[in-house]
Amino acid sequence: MTTTLDSPRRKTSAFLYRKPRLRLGLLLSAPMLWLGLAYLGALAALFVTAFWSTDVFTGQVVTEWSLNNFVTLFSDAVYRTITFRTVGIAALVTVVTAIIAFPMAFYMAKFASPRARRLLVIAVMTPLWASYLVKAYAWRTMLSGNGVLHWLLNPFGLDTPGYGVLATVITLSYLWLPYMILPIYAGLERLPNSLVDASGDLGARPFRTFRSVVLPVTFPAVVAGSIFTFSLSLGDYIAVKIVGGTSQMLGNVVYDNIGAANNLPFAATVATVPVVIMLAYLAAVRRTGALDNL
Amino acid sequence: MRLSRTTKYLLLAALVLGLGVIYFPLLVVLLNSFNADTTFGWPPSSFTLEWWGRAAENEGALNALWTSVQAGLAATAIALVLGTMAAFALQKYRFFGRNQVSLLIILPIALPGIVTGIALNNAFRTILGIDLGLFTAIVAHATFCIVVVFNNVVARLRRMGGNLEEASMDLGADGLTTFRLVTFPMLRSALLAGGLLAFALSFDEIIVTTFTLGTGLETLPIWILNNLFRPNQAPIVNVVAAVLILASTVPVYLAQRLSGDTTSGGRL
Repeated sequence: MTTTLDSPRRKTSAFLYRKPRLRLGLLLSAPMLWLGLAYLGALAALFVTAFWSTDVFTGQVVTEWSLNNFVTLFSDAVYRTITFRTVGIAALVTVVTAIIAFPMAFYMAKFASPRARRLLVIAVMTPLWASYLVKAYAWRTMLSGNGVLHWLLNPFGLDTPGYGVLATVITLSYLWLPYMILPIYAGLERLPNSLVDASGDLGARPFRTFRSVVLPVTFPAVVAGSIFTFSLSLGDYIAVKIVGGTSQMLGNVVYDNIGAANNLPFAATVATVPVVIMLAYLAAVRRTGALDNL
Repeated sequence: MRLSRTTKYLLLAALVLGLGVIYFPLLVVLLNSFNADTTFGWPPSSFTLEWWGRAAENEGALNALWTSVQAGLAATAIALVLGTMAAFALQKYRFFGRNQVSLLIILPIALPGIVTGIALNNAFRTILGIDLGLFTAIVAHATFCIVVVFNNVVARLRRMGGNLEEASMDLGADGLTTFRLVTFPMLRSALLAGGLLAFALSFDEIIVTTFTLGTGLETLPIWILNNLFRPNQAPIVNVVAAVLILASTVPVYLAQRLSGDTTSGGRL
């Protein structure tokens, strides 16, 4: 050791050691400046903008407070339809992914050998990182009129659903499926096998065991997964552009108001809808302990 | 666990079928990149390497690749520093508002991307008066990459405990020496894994990028989106998509090898 007991570095170290609060402050300062000030500040500013408006002639933002944007948002039937459609698609995607993910995760966590388990986790995770856009695009080619689905289903008298709301649900479910599998898998890994066996010993049939033992224990994990599938679907506008046909989601309204319509205040107003829904959702699921599973 | 054979096989069938559905569309894209037919009707009539050659010379795609790499590297560097600091603070200390801080770290990815996108767009342009460019995209990417590094480092710190560090201090090492010789070596692979996943996340991001990257610049995902609806570009888009599928497996594989546990990164 080259440092002596009274070297400045040693002194600083000793000083910091006695002051845990100061150490904590130093550690937290940079991340908090970045996220707390810059990011939360930007979010706050966005919500302030939602109460402003745009001058019709100059396109400049007018900084006068009004509720006009919110009145438009709530009174116009088009926006109501789009809001319901978006929430409906997000909820449906969440349910579909949960139903597909649960048996997959169950086999991975409970029956696969440790080695196979690792490989399966990698097998599920790898496509998660294949580009979002590539996956949406893959479904566009799959769903197209002369694509793979048409070729596969035609012999059975069925056909590809084409582009539309159903295509959007399929594509979004595909995109977010790994986000649901991995938390449920982690949750099931923590579920002791003996609990399931005990339930069986006490005479419960498999479905009863699932409903009364497996589901309550893994519910926070399902909710943790649903936070991502739900939130990601609420804000999506690109998958809809690629496979949604003519139907729009909230994200498209936001996007169009920033780009073509150049109405940032109204875009900000529309953007508050998914945020409010998400915050309400996060608040509602807090008590399940799902947030600790993230 | 004792379950009937039928249940077990049904679950296995669900898993195999699920994985099949996950991989099938990606295989179709890979195959299509060799499809000689420009309308990509299925099944392909014949195969060619022509599109791969043309894509390798496509200037727009190559420029976009370079922008993606720059943004990814810079955002990863920032996220590594901030994410590690936050992980130490939250894992080693109990303090008032700790839950709120951890919520704040996941907020940029827990909120829909479009909200993060326009919030930062609005902040840069109207509040700070900064023109959008590569710099603003890097700031935006770093914001949501922090959580990936944070998750990986927290998971490692949790497993490490504090005994070795205390032993080091007891033996007379100061804080810096302890960090250099004890903490950092144990953390290294978690940092590498977090960094790889952060890079992959930045490389893949499109929604936030759309709102924070200056005009005239394209990352690879934005290049794909801009060319997706141009029929004569379809073959090259296919090749770029195929390359992205193959390239994305590398960081995940490496991160998995390095972290040695099931840390997943991204939004998890």
